[in-house]
Amino acid sequence: MNIFDFVKPATITDAVAAASEPGAAYLAAGTNLLDLMKGGITRPTRLVDVNHLPGLDRIEHLPDGGVRIGSLVRNADLAHDLDFARRFPAVAEALLSGASPQLRNAATAGGNLLQRTRCAYFYDVASACNKRHPGSGCDARGGENRLHAVLGWSEDCIATHPSDFCVPLVALDAVVEIEGRAGRRELPLESFHRLPGNTPEHESALEPGELIVALRLPGDAAGFSAHARYLKVRERTSYAFAVVSAAAALKLDGGTIGEARIALGGVALKPWRCRAAEEALAGAVPGAGVFRAAAEAALGDARPSGDNAFKIELARRVVTRALTLAAAGTPERVAALPASPFASGTASGSGVHPHV
Amino acid sequence: MSLSVSLTVNGTVRDVVLDDPRVTLLDLLRERLDLTGTKKGCDRGQCGACTVLVDGRRINSCLALAVSHDGADVLTIEGLAQGDELHPVQAAFIAHDGFQCGFCTPGQIMSAVGLIQEGQTGDDPERVREGMSGNLCRCGAYAGITEGVIAAQRILAGQNLAEQNLAELERKQVV
Repeated sequence: MNIFDFVKPATITDAVAAASEPGAAYLAAGTNLLDLMKGGITRPTRLVDVNHLPGLDRIEHLPDGGVRIGSLVRNADLAHDLDFARRFPAVAEALLSGASPQLRNAATAGGNLLQRTRCAYFYDVASACNKRHPGSGCDARGGENRLHAVLGWSEDCIATHPSDFCVPLVALDAVVEIEGRAGRRELPLESFHRLPGNTPEHESALEPGELIVALRLPGDAAGFSAHARYLKVRERTSYAFAVVSAAAALKLDGGTIGEARIALGGVALKPWRCRAAEEALAGAVPGAGVFRAAAEAALGDARPSGDNAFKIELARRVVTRALTLAAAGTPERVAALPASPFASGTASGSGVHPHV
Repeated sequence: MSLSVSLTVNGTVRDVVLDDPRVTLLDLLRERLDLTGTKKGCDRGQCGACTVLVDGRRINSCLALAVSHDGADVLTIEGLAQGDELHPVQAAFIAHDGFQCGFCTPGQIMSAVGLIQEGQTGDDPERVREGMSGNLCRCGAYAGITEGVIAAQRILAGQNLAEQNLAELERKQVV
């Protein structure tokens, strides 16, 4: 780990000023940042500790039925907030499927958005990586890339974004509140992460010094609470990143789907909203054929970036099953194995592909 | 650069002057305070051997900067027993063969103490296993660990109930 200046500002304004210097980085829990610094992957010259800034650790339920999540709210606290979990069950399920209990006790909502890819070539400083060292190339191309992106990737970068939390958030139209030198602004989470293009080192819409202060879910998002699920396929049952994951949320209107929301994780460098699939579902009668057609639409633009063609069909099946689970209804309580296809009860639903 | 932190560690206030902001909470405990019960396994947040309670919550101390935890209340494995009397989780790990080589055990025990306080798992072994998924055991003592956590949880629940009953009786001035 490189040496750095450590500053602990008392106000958001001071924090933004301190973090606007070149080489500065914010420190919240540090569960990803310190790991990256220990590996020499990230080498900030100044850490701006935001953990004690006032007012950023609150979960505020808004009059419109929405919620405002302070950027320092810890993952575990949000997932176990009963009112939040009741209104946004897919978000709670996604949170509980991520990392370990120790990490969830520390990791913050804002930090979750800013976690870096888990691409092994990004982590290995001896490898070429355009994200870590622009212009150096991408050793993931032609390397071990079975877990890499199938949507939105470029010749310069085929990494994926590892977040679970962001997947249902983007499906539910979450908004990011950002404080910078010019004041406060907000933008949809869907516009927050950037696709790699030929500048994979630019990962988000944040300008130097800008600080995420909160995430907001609109009241409308709570309207999906009766039919909202997160499903995550991993290479081991617990404490692993997604190979592919999906958030599915439905508003059922009598016998038809009034509105659908679908997003994918583990497939691209950003949480991937599937609007074409949502449109395919609107007004349809829920059923296996309809869900499979939506899954086909969701992966319509997918193409392998290496030895990962299997992820495209896997993602279709995950979407199909997530929709089937959502249609069956949100369970009273998150399963013992959150978001796992092996969780008891998760395999139920007629017409689901039997071996997903 | 001189940075100082004041921590309460196992009930005792410890003031530490750090000559380097890179010191993790794990290294502060082990190298500055000689509390070597907390283990350094992977040092990257993957194994859980460094688990301690900070302000009552289990975290990985290898991924926590000491300088960012000024004022924190830290509980390590050394602070768990009451004199010669083992904490119920410690006793249950012995009774249920919850370890073999013992390297991961302090982290497992601190994680179990945190899990029981969080109160999310009940007696469901699947929930307990999931709740302990942040602690790896390369000897593979998982079966005993799960049994031990459930047994300790029952004992602690019984103690809590007894304390509540006693408090209720005292409130009614029966005893």
